[in-house]
Amino acid sequence: MKPSARRRLFRGVLYAVFVIVLAAVLFAADWEAIQTNFFNPEVAAATFPDVIVVAAKNTIIYTAIAFVGGLVLGLILALMKLSPVAPYRWVATAYVELFRGLPALLVIFGFAFAVPIAFDWRPPGGSAGAGLIALIIVSGAYIAETLRAGIEAVPAGQREAARSLGMNPSWTMVSVVLPQAFRIVTPPLTNELVILIKDTSLLFIAGMALNERELTTFARDSVSQSANATPLVIAALMYLIITLPLTQLVARLERHNKRGR
Amino acid sequence: MATNSPQKDRPAIEVRDLCKNFGDNEVLKGIDFHVDQGEVVCVIGPSGSGKSTLLRCVNRLEEPTSGTVLVEGVDITDPETDLDKIRTRIGMVFQQFNLFPHLSVLRNLTLAQQRAKRRPKAEAVEIARKNLAKVGLANREDAYPSQLSGGQQQRVAIARALSMNPDMMLFDEPTSALDPELVGDVLGVMRQLADEGMTMMVVTHEMGFAREVGDRVVFMDGGVVVEQGDPKEVLGNPQHARTQAFLSKVL
Repeated sequence: MKPSARRRLFRGVLYAVFVIVLAAVLFAADWEAIQTNFFNPEVAAATFPDVIVVAAKNTIIYTAIAFVGGLVLGLILALMKLSPVAPYRWVATAYVELFRGLPALLVIFGFAFAVPIAFDWRPPGGSAGAGLIALIIVSGAYIAETLRAGIEAVPAGQREAARSLGMNPSWTMVSVVLPQAFRIVTPPLTNELVILIKDTSLLFIAGMALNERELTTFARDSVSQSANATPLVIAALMYLIITLPLTQLVARLERHNKRGR
Repeated sequence: MATNSPQKDRPAIEVRDLCKNFGDNEVLKGIDFHVDQGEVVCVIGPSGSGKSTLLRCVNRLEEPTSGTVLVEGVDITDPETDLDKIRTRIGMVFQQFNLFPHLSVLRNLTLAQQRAKRRPKAEAVEIARKNLAKVGLANREDAYPSQLSGGQQQRVAIARALSMNPDMMLFDEPTSALDPELVGDVLGVMRQLADEGMTMMVVTHEMGFAREVGDRVVFMDGGVVVEQGDPKEVLGNPQHARTQAFLSKVL
């Protein structure tokens, strides 16, 4: 067989496998059951408008708080990790290793229940507030590692140029190193943000009042009320509506930043 | 002897018995070296001879292992010396330009003026524009470094250093990263600076520049100063075998 014919045959086999698998899935699925259980128009209609004005809104607010908090905490930890003072490095390293090693769910549980008992402490904002503090603490650990890598990726010559002009270490960090580090880590930071959007779903473990619920908690409650899984599909669509434009926006930002490299 | 304020009657740079080790590697083995006020000294030598390390010790980008470095009479190895303040008086130009890529050309020139010299913005901009004009790039102040050629970037880097109004300039192989056709513009700017009386220490492989612009040439090899003197003497009639061997390869 000629090489070109062999390539065409191979390509044909790949397409055939794809079509067969797709047909098998379509044929095996119980379309009527799927429609009544997952795409029920009445149940779907009942979730509005709360799924947007309460649940999606809260998901976005919680994500924003956890991300901004995580950025601040992560920046402090990254600078501690690069500090010439050894105890700062030890604390930052221990912190990062601890909270990257624990499941976020467990940390949220701890802050919502264990820490308030142990320290007789009322978390601001109730259970949702405690859960958010836990999310900030966990995301701070991941963001710290990302930022540290970004800071170290800025060429040494940049720091030398700034110092040779007489700028002190703090101004060098703020005006020269950090702006470049943030550009370098824009893709992994977006990743952290998208992961964080989905991690807000873990806040259900903290237990939340009706108007504090985010998408997943809201969907679970609706599922138990209606005995129908359609709210889960609605929630899934909401997550995609939030995350897809975000990744597009960051891709555009990244292209724009290329100019300043 | 050493004080905290610059003394104009002292040499611009005085280096005494300077040693620098990187681990077990002795890069500088007891260097004595000086640059007088208004003098242009070109340091030449094979790669690995320690000439860039010597230059980087002058503004303490490298920490000397032992020895003394005085800049206008101020001991920069003294822990009590305000290094940031001294550095504003020593302009430095790097082989790789090291412009700040996230800032426009104008901002590259004003940033340290405002942060380190605390100049008001309007004054910083005025000084920056004057120096951009001097290096022939007055029309590129809004460009970003990545939009400029290597030669233009290096001229911006020179203008950035000049904007601090330094007493002296250090050049660390300023044309080594440039395409050959761009070298002339940069050397032209440096020649103009020398003509205006700027004190300059230039680590370079450009023998033509050393001969025509340098007041003195210093030849280094293996971490020591082998030979120095008038450029035409050292380059035209080298006394030391190692200088002869080096020059026979590069001339």
